[in-house]
This record gives sequence, structure tokens and C-alpha cells, in this order.
Amino acid sequence: MSLRGENISLSLGKAQILRQVQFEAQPGKVTAIVGPNGSGKTTLLRALTGEVPFQGTVRLNGQDTARMKPWELAAERAVLPQNTVLAFPFTVIEVVRMGLMAGLSSEVETLPSRALAAVGLQGYENRFCQELSGGEQQRVQLARILVQVWEPTGPNGARWLLLDEPVSALDIGHQLTVMGLMRAYARRGGGVVAVMHDLNLTAMAADHMVVMARGQMIAQGPVSDVLTDQVLHQAYGCALRVNTAPQSGGVFVLPQSAGKVA
Amino acid sequence: MARQPQAAITDRLQRARQLHLGLWLLLGCAALLSLSSGASAVSIDTIFAALSGQALSPMEEVVLYSIRLPRLVLGILVGAALAVSGAVMQGLFRNPLADPGLVGVSAGAGLGAVAAIVLGGSVAWLGFAGIYLVPLAAFFGGWGSTMLLYQVATWHGRTSVATMLLAGIALGALAGAASGILVYMADDAQLRDLTFWGLGSLAGATWAKIAAAGPIIVIALLATPFLARGLNGLALGEAAAHHMGIPVQRVKSAAILSVAAATGAAVAVSGGIGFVGIVVPHLLRLATGPDHRMLLPNAAVLGAALLVLADLISRVVIAPAELPIGIVTAILGAPVFLWILLRRRGGMGL
Repeated sequence: MSLRGENISLSLGKAQILRQVQFEAQPGKVTAIVGPNGSGKTTLLRALTGEVPFQGTVRLNGQDTARMKPWELAAERAVLPQNTVLAFPFTVIEVVRMGLMAGLSSEVETLPSRALAAVGLQGYENRFCQELSGGEQQRVQLARILVQVWEPTGPNGARWLLLDEPVSALDIGHQLTVMGLMRAYARRGGGVVAVMHDLNLTAMAADHMVVMARGQMIAQGPVSDVLTDQVLHQAYGCALRVNTAPQSGGVFVLPQSAGKVA
Repeated sequence: MARQPQAAITDRLQRARQLHLGLWLLLGCAALLSLSSGASAVSIDTIFAALSGQALSPMEEVVLYSIRLPRLVLGILVGAALAVSGAVMQGLFRNPLADPGLVGVSAGAGLGAVAAIVLGGSVAWLGFAGIYLVPLAAFFGGWGSTMLLYQVATWHGRTSVATMLLAGIALGALAGAASGILVYMADDAQLRDLTFWGLGSLAGATWAKIAAAGPIIVIALLATPFLARGLNGLALGEAAAHHMGIPVQRVKSAAILSVAAATGAAVAVSGGIGFVGIVVPHLLRLATGPDHRMLLPNAAVLGAALLVLADLISRVVIAPAELPIGIVTAILGAPVFLWILLRRRGGMGL
């Protein structure tokens, strides 16, 4: 039971975006994909979700996703896009309810409201999505996909949350809320894969880490093994220093360590 | 975390279901008004008498069954077809201003009709089609242009909405130019026919036309409820719809086919009747929201009622003469359309 990408390659025109990536994420863990801009991390997630055509194989709980019907995929994994542009004036509750009809979680009428409360949007049910701020809209979409795969495990094993930069549009308080949700989903047996931008949040939220650079995976493993000065220098091309926070014992990266800006 | 008191959640879908009943009532009233109004008086009592099986005078029978009833039925069919086609197209293109007229379906149908009117007399082997010539040509023109458009805009099994819109503009312009050349070739009698067809009318309603267009429209309309969930998902974008478990390509192909069939058939029997496909879905979205599960059925009934009423106005306002219905829908529809634009332009990113 895992989410595996085997020999994932992808070219757009002459540019090769992904080269022979071997990806693996385990349920029960939060897996973060990090890397500099243009390193192919979002494209890797899109290949894993079947959104873009690619070479290679993606196996979701052992099944080749290329052979799965959209509704079979939807029952086992939900995907949060980086941003969602809504075409018509739907209300918050109407959007979240779409998750209810997409997935196979037993159709509980209170589920959408519970999901909204979980992302800190209780009382927003009747608001129009298009009137909300970017961060609020992102959390509405998160509530929708939570509803889609509400139970972290199902008949075919773990269910999966695939998130493209789930916290980058959020303020610090809601970043912590959403990362808490990700951790709780993994703790209850589900799989979580997130493209992350912020290395410190990644260090806090993730168990497992995949570092992309120039279309290749340059490191993967437990956060404490991967988040090192050497890997970061190789990925980002600047001299970052990884430190250990005094109380929690977690690691953190200060941009100041890279030296003066200009 | 303190338990919040459960706020009242507005269920617009429920409201839309209630509205659906009201719209049927509106359509019923419009139908009765339409049957009882016109050059010769047939009272509403007479209509109820006929409904309960009583015999009518020969005169009343001709007026009701050969003139007014086919016209009413055709109005209902065309109104429902245009309104639902508009709603489906807008859902497909994720744009509340999209319309079958925009992607060249109407232009293609128009070219077919113009060609039939101008060339029909001179191309001897087409003569067998007789009175069906113009409707048939319009239908095939609309259908052909949609298929061509679909070929242009679909690449490796994916339809690009942007390419389709732009290609639709190009094809529409091409069809318009070809129609223009044909209009230059037309003589005076043909020009009068062309003008009348172009303005749109239900005046030529016959049971034969209903038999030709009706089944196509009904099949296309019956297919649309199966699109509702897919169109809701598409409002979040194609990728999100796919991730929600919607077979996106299949939904798009089915939507294009049903729009081509319904619009082609409607344009064929009634000419260019504008604004129904844009105004009806807009009003319904304002009233009960954009959920296609009720938007599509409500659009069908409101579109039918609106066109029956517009036809009624076109018949009585300058009686005994008749105004082409396209003029009536444009006069009623264009200001509503502008009002919607002005109301929304600051707000919700229309």
C-alpha cells in the first residue's frame, strides 16, 4: 500500500521537465516535495494525479492509475490544486458539497460543515466563494477535498491527500491549522503528499521529504536525513545552514545564513 | 473548541426545486393565453371544454389544432432547446456569456439556410426535399460546423476551450462571409425570404416541422440531466473535475453534441431567435444559484414559457400583422442582458 511513481519522465516540447523520477510515499506519513522554482515539483505531483500525460507508471495502492477510471481514482485520492478559479457564483457550502458527491464517503449531511470547521471556516456556509480572500478560498477547496476522502482508510487501503502548496497562501495561524490537519490525517492511517515551498514548515509538518532539482530527484528520506546543508546547497545553489531548534529539537533553516543580499 | 450554534444553511437547490413547480405554472398560463389569443376568438372556456373531451365547432377545431397548437408546441420546443443549449454551453466554457451563437453553431446553421434559399431553386436534385429544404440545410449546417470546430479544437483527446472559442469566432466569420456572398447572388424574392428567416419566427409552425425537429430536441434535452454533475465539476476547472471523479472528456463531448443537436434543430425550424440562451440561464442563476442539477431543467421550462410569451406578444402587438419573434426577444432580452452586466461588472468577476 503506497503511492509510487516509477521512472516518471515528462517533456514539454524540447524541455525535459522530469527525468526518471522514482517516487514513493507511504501511508501514515506526510511526504513533502520541495525544490527551487522550476525544479519540477508541481509537475511531479501532476503526474502522480494523472493530470498531465507522462512516461512511466504511477501505482496507487498497487494499482496502475492509468488503468483506473476517474471515479475509482476519486474514491481513493483527493487533489488540492495550487489555486482554483471558480466560474460561477457558488456559495461555500455548495462547493464543499461537491466533494461529498464525488467521493464514496457515506453521505453524511453534516460532513461539509464539519470540514469547514476543521479548516477554520465555520459560519461561512452561505458566503459566495468569489467574495472570499485567496487564503479563505484555498481553505474552502481544502474542505471540499477533505469531504471527498473523509475516512483516511477505505476498502482498498489508505486514502490519499495530494496537495499542491496547501499552506503558501495562508497566514501563520492557518498554516499551523492546515499542517495539523495533514498530520492528523496521516496519523489516522491516510497518506499525505504535499508540494511545499517553505523549508521550515516542511521541517515541522513532514515525516518524509523529497528534494527535486532540475527535473531530478536529488534526495529523499526522513526529514532529518535529507534537510542538510549539502543537499540544500545542491538544490538551491546557496549556502544555507540547517540548525536545531533549542526546545522542540526540530530543525530549521534561516535565510540569514546564506549571507548578505546584494 | 466551543460548539458553534448551527447556522441556518441556505439550500438554494431546494429553492430551485420549488421554483421549478412555479415555472411549470407559468408555462401553463402562457400556453393557455397563447391558445386563446389571436385573430379569431377561442375562449379559455372552449379550451377547457376541448381538454375535457367535448366536441368543438369545425372552425374552432382548425384554429386550435392546425394553427395555434403546433405553434405553441414548436415555441415550447424551441424555447427549451435554446435556453438549455445556452446553459450547457456556458457551463462547458466556464463563461456566463458563452452561447451557441458564439461557437458558430448558429452561423453554420444560418449558412445552411441561406444556401438552401438562394441555391435551392437552381440545384435541381435538391428539389425532392421540398419544404424541408431550408430546415434540413440549417440543421446540417449547424451540425457540420460544430463537428468541424470540434476537430480543430480537439488534440489528442483533449478539447481546449480557448481554442474552441477562437476557432468558433473564425468559423462564424467564415460562415457569415459565405452567407454574404450568397446574399449578393439572391434576387428580390429570395432576399425577402432571407430577411424573414433571419429575424426568426414561429409563424410557419406545422406538425411536419415539429415531427422533424421535435425528436432531436427532446433527445438532446433528455441527455442534459446526465451532464449536470459534470458541468458543476467543470466550474472548478477541468483538472479539479477530473480529480473529483468526473469523466471530463466524455462530459465535454456529450455537451457539445447535445448543444449542436438542440440548437441546430431549433434554428432550423425557427430561424435566428436571439437572447433566450443567454438571458434565461442568467436569470435563473441570480434566483437560485448556478447548480446545474436544477439550472438545466429550470432553464428548459422558463425558456419554453418565455418564448411562448414572446410569440404571443409578436402576434398581438400589431395585430392583424405579426412582428417577427426575434425582434421581440431582442427587445425584451437585450436590456435584461445589459442590466445583468452593469449589476455584476464590479462584483463577481463576470
